[in-house]
Amino acid sequence: MQREAAIREPLILGNKSYKDITDDVVGPIEGAAPRTWKILVTLTGLVAFYGVGCILYLLGTGIGVWGLNKTVGWAWDITNFVWWVGIGHAGTLISAVLLLFRQKWRMAINRSAEAMTIFAVIMAAIFPGIHMGRIWVGYWVFPLPNQFGSLWVNFNSPLLWDVFAISTYFSVSLVFWYIGLVPDFATIRDRMVKPLPKKIYGILSFGWSGRAKNWTRFEEVSLVLAGIATPLVFSVHSIVSMDFATSVIPGWHTTIFPPYFVSGAVFSGFAMVQTLLLIMRKTMKLESYIHIKHIEYMNIVIIVTGSIVGVAYLTELFISWYSGVEYESYAFINRFSGPYSWAYWIMMTCNVITPQLYWFKKLRRSLTVTFILSIVVNIGMWFERYVIIVTSLHRDYNPSSWGEFHATTIDIGIFIGTLGIFFTLFLLFARFFPVLALNELKSILKSSGENYKKIDNHHH
Amino acid sequence: MEFKFEGKVKTLSLVLMAIGVIALAGGFLTDTSDHHQRWWANLLVNGFFYFAIALGALFFYALQYAAEVGWSAYIKRMFEAMFAYIPIGGAVILIVLLAGQFHLHHLYHWMDGSLYHEFLMPDGSFSDTMEAGAAMNPNYDEIIANKSAYLGGWFYWLRTIIYLATFIIFARLFRKWSLQEDVEGGTVIHYKMYRRSALFLVFFAVFSSTLSWDWIMSIDTHWFSTLFGWYVFSGMWVSCMIFTLVILLWLRSKGHFSEMNQSHVHDLAKWMFAISMLWSYLWFSQFMLIWYSDIPEEVTYFVTRFSDYKVPYLVMFFINFAVPFYVMIARDAKRNVNLILPVAVLIFVGHFVDVYLLVIPGTMFNHNVFGWMEVGMFLGFFGLFLFVTLTRLSKAPLIPVNHPFLQESKDLNF
Repeated sequence: MQREAAIREPLILGNKSYKDITDDVVGPIEGAAPRTWKILVTLTGLVAFYGVGCILYLLGTGIGVWGLNKTVGWAWDITNFVWWVGIGHAGTLISAVLLLFRQKWRMAINRSAEAMTIFAVIMAAIFPGIHMGRIWVGYWVFPLPNQFGSLWVNFNSPLLWDVFAISTYFSVSLVFWYIGLVPDFATIRDRMVKPLPKKIYGILSFGWSGRAKNWTRFEEVSLVLAGIATPLVFSVHSIVSMDFATSVIPGWHTTIFPPYFVSGAVFSGFAMVQTLLLIMRKTMKLESYIHIKHIEYMNIVIIVTGSIVGVAYLTELFISWYSGVEYESYAFINRFSGPYSWAYWIMMTCNVITPQLYWFKKLRRSLTVTFILSIVVNIGMWFERYVIIVTSLHRDYNPSSWGEFHATTIDIGIFIGTLGIFFTLFLLFARFFPVLALNELKSILKSSGENYKKIDNHHH
Repeated sequence: MEFKFEGKVKTLSLVLMAIGVIALAGGFLTDTSDHHQRWWANLLVNGFFYFAIALGALFFYALQYAAEVGWSAYIKRMFEAMFAYIPIGGAVILIVLLAGQFHLHHLYHWMDGSLYHEFLMPDGSFSDTMEAGAAMNPNYDEIIANKSAYLGGWFYWLRTIIYLATFIIFARLFRKWSLQEDVEGGTVIHYKMYRRSALFLVFFAVFSSTLSWDWIMSIDTHWFSTLFGWYVFSGMWVSCMIFTLVILLWLRSKGHFSEMNQSHVHDLAKWMFAISMLWSYLWFSQFMLIWYSDIPEEVTYFVTRFSDYKVPYLVMFFINFAVPFYVMIARDAKRNVNLILPVAVLIFVGHFVDVYLLVIPGTMFNHNVFGWMEVGMFLGFFGLFLFVTLTRLSKAPLIPVNHPFLQESKDLNF
């Protein structure tokens, strides 16, 4: 076994054995639901219910109930869509890219991050879906023969590329997540006493036996999926950015968009992972597995991706001046000094300035600071999309058609509703699924567990 | 264990340098283009290409520390050897820029002082205001004049000096601390390098973009692309990984780095593969968005490359993307020296052609000539780079003795 350098911090704290790991992860599933969980799921369920009501109202009435107008034809809808897709990037980055980079700390967070990814992508898919107005013909986005009632799709449109990119990403992420769950479901199956849950977890675990052959295939398929998923992490948000960047709208058309959107997506995804995990580790008593070093690593990812985004903001701003193109310059001057400058400065503050606090070791290892900043980052990233979409549209080439966008209660209701649905799904996940990849964690116990590292260092 | 820079490889690097000197001298004398434009353009290409490899090494070295990377500790001296070339590469670039400033060539159109003023006075001086007797300045270029705060003045020179000074200072400090660690041990120096590396990466994040605007993008003075800096950066990174991998494989075959195993080779080949894909992704993003929108201000850049340089430009992209993609994607390929070497050599030349095509279309337009001078200069600078790298490599133990991740790196096996 490869021995880890002595200066590396342990990844599993305390005097844990293999059985402790199983108990810590499976225990909460076996027991009765705690009160806090019931309260939380009721609250988020109510919000979700309200959101569904708003969506139904929109579908029954038409998208006129949103605040869109003929100048600002995209606003909260696409902002929310991009925001949710972006959040959906952390899971696959953690499970795929960090797997390729042999980052063992990912094992404590990949399961819940992947679940979050899947739920976030579902939330994202809602928005273009309902934006069509006639969701019952939503299948027209696929290239179907004309007998089905649609016209053949436009392959030149990045919106169609989005359909392919996001559905591929969703499928691969789902398979990746599920494959990882199989051995853990089997562990739960083997422990369950009640016949019905035992049966259900038995079906979910696909007859996993835990033999060496199973594990070899498991590892092979994980690597292959990681290889497939890594380019997907890049492609999805690159293509989302092309929805804007292929146009000739100043503020939208800029070549840096694809990599900069990817970086921003990872940035917001990690922030959402922090928000969720900080609560989860506390309520489910997982502090030994998701401890301060994990949080520090994630905060480092946040400061790196946030700074990349910052460089991209400044690059755009600079080139808009350097280009000498009047429209391009105006788009950016208008951003930071026009009617929506408040949104621009919220974006700048939340995404570029506050994450720099993580240069201080004390702050990036502080739970309170991390929790606050994780929310700040997600506010900032929402405003980034709002700035890109609304400020670029509201003053177009023709000043007589300049206008502004005002969100309606339905705009707000649907957004808040998706938050409700998202958190409800996550709570259900935390209740019935193994929230840590417990079998994978066991593989690093002897190399990175605190008690083992102590013995090991003593010997050498 | 020490590495002695002698024998065949030393002769080879000296021979290559001699070829370079002949190409430089002979090329200058036989170059019939106006102001030896072709000669200077090629000096910039070679100056930048090899400087970028050295800078890529410094970046990668800092990245290893900042990201607490274990596997590469065993081969870290290789990067120290490569970034020893930064001052020399920087000097070549500086010579080209200074020569431009003194109008020995006009690679940088914006260095022509007559572009910035709208009016011409009868005495031949320029004026920004319409005075008595003033005529319109036929050379006036409004777009370039508007960039004067960034390009045509002292600020440009200040930036160039700051870039080079920053890189040289960090490179010297990293090397100094690294050797100091060999003697003193402990973890104090390691953590110092961890922190300084993070600091360096901050400078690098900004300078890698701005220097590519200043030195390369400004050649096509009217043109602009926000992605340009990251695109150039990915090219320097991949060229650096290729050079590292090839030289390490050669050194291993000579009995050095004897504990470098197949997993190290695999990891290095993965980097070569991954950054080739990153480069291709950025090339495609920049090209596709400009092609799709077809805005006159932007599309001219690719129009030039697709009309006058069509074959080399497309072949260059095809080689740099498709060859590593199809050949290197398999796991076994990344452990197979017989596959790695031909691919590495091919895409090394491919990325040189990439830099060549960043510079030449905007300086030689549609009357470029490619001949023995180009080949000779490429080989000559390669010899120089090799000479500097291997000389530095011979100055210290090949394996860092007290690196905290050394054992982890030696144990690498996956």
